[in-house]
Amino acid sequence: MQKRIVIPFGPQHPVLPEPIHLDLVLEDERVVDAIPSIGYLHRGLEKLVDKREFPEYVYVIERTCGICSFIHGLSYCQAVEEMMKIEVPERALFLRTIGSEYSRLHSHLLTLGCLADGMGFENLFMGFWRVRERVLNRMEESLGGRVIQGTCKVGGVRKDMDGEMLERMKAELDVLDKEMKEMTGVLLRDDAVKYRMKGIGVLPKKDAFELGAVGPTGRGSGVRIDLRERGYAAYGKIGFEPVLETAGDCYARTAVRCRELLLSTRIIRQCIGKIPDGPIETKVTGNPNGEYASRVEQPRGEAVHYAKGDGGRYLKRFRIRTPTFANIPSLVHMLKGYELADVPVIIMSIDPCISCTER
Amino acid sequence: MSLFRMAKTALKNLASKPATQMYPAKPARKFKSTRGRVENDMDKCILCGLCQRKCPCVAIRVDRDERTWEIDRFRCVTCGCCVEVCPVKSLRMENDYTKSTTEPKMKDSYKSTNPNIPGLKPAPQKKAKA
Repeated sequence: MQKRIVIPFGPQHPVLPEPIHLDLVLEDERVVDAIPSIGYLHRGLEKLVDKREFPEYVYVIERTCGICSFIHGLSYCQAVEEMMKIEVPERALFLRTIGSEYSRLHSHLLTLGCLADGMGFENLFMGFWRVRERVLNRMEESLGGRVIQGTCKVGGVRKDMDGEMLERMKAELDVLDKEMKEMTGVLLRDDAVKYRMKGIGVLPKKDAFELGAVGPTGRGSGVRIDLRERGYAAYGKIGFEPVLETAGDCYARTAVRCRELLLSTRIIRQCIGKIPDGPIETKVTGNPNGEYASRVEQPRGEAVHYAKGDGGRYLKRFRIRTPTFANIPSLVHMLKGYELADVPVIIMSIDPCISCTER
Repeated sequence: MSLFRMAKTALKNLASKPATQMYPAKPARKFKSTRGRVENDMDKCILCGLCQRKCPCVAIRVDRDERTWEIDRFRCVTCGCCVEVCPVKSLRMENDYTKSTTEPKMKDSYKSTNPNIPGLKPAPQKKAKA
């Protein structure tokens, strides 16, 4: 038997935007096992639910994550609305869908940039982030914040978008499409990038399904898991086909994200076309009583928000299962058998978001 | 050749003007809906303390006896919750951010100038010097 050594990877590592620690067990240069440990960023946001009244808790829950904050807010509101049997106006649902897709755009652009940076392709990283800035500006103008919007509230949304703004957004989507195609074209067709990603970190469909991979990690292996198909918010009124790849390697996962960028702009265009007039919120009376698990599709995959109320102003229990948490078993499986130099690319390819994982 | 796919984009970037801007010299870009900082109109504020109770990050302290309204700028996350719940609309959200500081604490305290606050005696008038 060859001599085994253990190399600690993280929590501080140049490719990691957030702290996760992996103990990599190596035989020569090859990874034979990886032991993940998390817990560097725990903030106890779930416990805060019995200190903040339920309408204000949405501000806390949005700050779970610095990237997919809008969808966390949406999911929480959805859970409370289901418990209280509140009918949300149609226009609010469409506005929530537009907000979700804008967050998906900005999250995917961020992670593709970080992936390029992880491989040492600094120029492409800057390119992706310049496109992202356009998305962030539009979010700040329409929703009120670059990353933390605070737009969702129990019973609807806070900010309306007028017709002129929607038209402007629609016109800018064409520019966005062009710029994103240019950048993703470089990422997917460059020889050096292909060499780093093709056939690396392969997760076969069967393993992906058994390990419970969600989001682009699962879809890159051919598992059809896209919560948007269940038709929450206004997704039920919008026609779209989830993006699937079959290879299951880092390249396939990246390709899923690149194609999802264009899918998101298509969904936003449809929303702008179909959005009805009307009120954006309903008045909320009473307190939540009962329990509900709300499932939504975040940029990284499926997130589950569980809420339980007992008829008081404060919820009794709140729990989040985030997509990265579900993807860590797949990550450990993917790492086995590849070289130490491939580890950063494999980790970046599942798009880890540790601060959401640890809440 | 796909090895040089980035070259076209890179050359275009060389010729175009920078995507960033020199921040302190050029003011930061802001929109009408940008949440910058919370300000209070002390002529209108009735020191009811609703903002203090609703604030998700305990940044606001209202003292009815002292007639002061205090905000900890480092605790405040500019969520806009206080602005929404204010019953007399004395709180407002400004579009520009608080100035940066080197001090470890940054509390802004405002003294009430509203003479008629329900449930409180009128503010004692200072005696004019003879």
